[in-house]
Amino acid sequence: MKRLNSIQDLDVLRQQILEERKSVRKRIRICGGPGCHSGGGERLIGAFQKLLDEKGVASEYMVTQTGCHGFCARGPIVVIEPANIFYERVGLDHVPEIFERSVIGDDLVDDLLFVNEETGEKVVKEKDIPFYAHQERIIFNDTGLNWSTEIDDYIARGGYSALAKILSGMKPEEVIEEVKIAGLRGRGGGGFPTGVKWESCRKSHGEMKYVICNADEGDPGAYMDRALLEGTPHQVIEGMIIGAYAIGAREGYLYCRYEYPLAVKHANRALDQAREYGLLGENILGTDFCLDMYVNRGAGAFICGESTALMASLEGKLGEPRGKHIHTVEKGLWNRPSNLNNVESWASIPLIVNQGGKWFASIGTERSKGTKIFSVVGKINNTGLVEVAMGTPLRKIVYDIGGGIPGGKRFKAVQTGGPSGGCVPEELIDLAVDFEQLKKAGSMMGSGGMIVMDEDTCMVDVARYFLNFLVQESCGKCVPCRVGVKRMHEIVTSMCEGKAEPGDIEQLQELCSTIQEAALCGLGKSAPNPVASTLRYFRDEYDAHVLEKRCPAKVCKPLLTYEIDTEKCTGCGLCRLRCPEGAVIGAKKECHCIDEELCVRCGICIENCKFGAIYIE
Amino acid sequence: MDFSLQDVDAIIDQWGPKPASLLQIMLDINHRYNYLPKESIERVADRLHMPISQVFGVANFFKVFSLTPRGRVIMHVCTGTACHVKGGPKIIERLEQEANLKPGETTEDLFMTLETVNCVGACASAPVVVVGDTTHSEVTANKVSKLLKELKEQEAQRS
Repeated sequence: MKRLNSIQDLDVLRQQILEERKSVRKRIRICGGPGCHSGGGERLIGAFQKLLDEKGVASEYMVTQTGCHGFCARGPIVVIEPANIFYERVGLDHVPEIFERSVIGDDLVDDLLFVNEETGEKVVKEKDIPFYAHQERIIFNDTGLNWSTEIDDYIARGGYSALAKILSGMKPEEVIEEVKIAGLRGRGGGGFPTGVKWESCRKSHGEMKYVICNADEGDPGAYMDRALLEGTPHQVIEGMIIGAYAIGAREGYLYCRYEYPLAVKHANRALDQAREYGLLGENILGTDFCLDMYVNRGAGAFICGESTALMASLEGKLGEPRGKHIHTVEKGLWNRPSNLNNVESWASIPLIVNQGGKWFASIGTERSKGTKIFSVVGKINNTGLVEVAMGTPLRKIVYDIGGGIPGGKRFKAVQTGGPSGGCVPEELIDLAVDFEQLKKAGSMMGSGGMIVMDEDTCMVDVARYFLNFLVQESCGKCVPCRVGVKRMHEIVTSMCEGKAEPGDIEQLQELCSTIQEAALCGLGKSAPNPVASTLRYFRDEYDAHVLEKRCPAKVCKPLLTYEIDTEKCTGCGLCRLRCPEGAVIGAKKECHCIDEELCVRCGICIENCKFGAIYIE
Repeated sequence: MDFSLQDVDAIIDQWGPKPASLLQIMLDINHRYNYLPKESIERVADRLHMPISQVFGVANFFKVFSLTPRGRVIMHVCTGTACHVKGGPKIIERLEQEANLKPGETTEDLFMTLETVNCVGACASAPVVVVGDTTHSEVTANKVSKLLKELKEQEAQRS
């Protein structure tokens, strides 16, 4: 790689790459996102490459591993350019046929096309699939196009042109002004205006300043940051370089979760490539601007997603947060001015610089500008990553894009904001999703996780799940969070076990308000939210657990009994053989029954019964 | 893998013996030996000029680190929200029954450790189980039984 010593050098390089690409007839894009990867997508790359080599046509066709396409439910995904033919659920056995018909030939493999369930028609192009057609993909657009490990691919698509733009004459203040006009608000959950944060950091006194990327995506159920960092690491890095220029920082850190090894690998590789091209290091693109960046891995602590805890961890200390009265933009990492933003926020910056703050601000609602990426997961047909304009109705996300609830079940709620957030119930399905509306509904934006729940989900169990999570993840520094959340967990657990007493719900409410008032950090203050919001909308379920000792969704085991339908049971004996506790009794060919004393409610009998004879009471 | 102070020193030197490198050094040691041997904590404290208590504190604080040896196979069951609502707890129950392990425990013969993880970001494939570099998607209780059996067979072949 040749070092780029000027902005012209970057343009020349881009032209050169595009020129070289002219000989490529078709490009096979294979999704390497988290969903497709776990579905075996990686093996497809080798298989296609092998066929290309065997036929001696490797120079005419190009196989690229891209980042996440978003439509994870249909993975592994393969797209053939330039026609953008979309193949879903591709396995190794499909590779030769795709290769013959759509790569070498110009035909389609019908069986692998997406079928629109409403019309029954087959859809060829990616953009015509309803899942994509209803979205507004801006920040998350390149992830599925980009060769995730190659900087040249990013540059060919116009990458680093935003950096070139600011270095060719924009003053740092002008960059900040543009971000302020855009109205971008922190995508990590806080929603603080990014431009304002940058401005305060720029104005802070200090020789050494830092930019930090928070890629410690600890919010369970959200994985857009992982997808961005794995898919287009350079988009995030370019955003950080621009931020560093605006703020006056000379060093940067990417703090990425240990649980995302591929994101760490891609980010490291991207930094090396950027360094080799002179996009990082001394005299970037031949200017006076100097900056270097490093990747730091986290070690599995949810609290390190909190900015001050993250910085403490970067310093080699325990990841404990501190009071918010000292601002990190003045005294952050090593007590120096530090500007921390989330992955998605950084990834938005190159687009804002290139297309202008006004353009960004034209999308979204009055106070929430731009788009937001959501991970729509749980009990929903089209699980995946979705980008929509702020203010998009929840109904559109769940039904038009998400394809509704599987198995004809009834929609119950969407959980947003992770352990700090809450549930949005069915009656609010037309809510326009933005920072304000979610807050008003008692939930929050968080990092964008949307866990869809159906009638089979018990809301008391969900509250217990989050409390259990928070008990484990509380750093232990302040009493309200350390002790209070534990007490809440005990109370909710007793509800799920049928041991709760009248008055427990009131005590829960009191604990909620005390912790909200008195905890030290944002995560502690928001810890009671999952309980507060489920209590607000699903009080009847709590009452059923406490007063009637009944779990309406049939989830909380101690409140259930397993029964065998005498009409349906054929006495085949399978459940008796499979029951690990020996709780099923009955002679062969005669109706069986379950000993309630011995039954541990593991559900193995239900899974094995071929006649659907076992039910939960 | 046999413990050697030279290896620990090599890891420390790779990151530089400074407090800012502490977490990175400890992650690499933990990865190499599957846990943090006591001697390594002492060595790190010594080389980084930090009190042992601070290094130990960090080792205790973060979930990734183990202070006791772990199994040759580490099975991570995801307990993220998506995995939870799609039946993750059933997987853990089945493993508790069949492998006789609770999360965080290791078999006596050091064959396997069962751990939970708070989300691996593969939510669309929920519920998931991660073994080594492989993410198993849409796992059910029956599927995890099968996986456990396969892992046991591989272990038997190895020894």
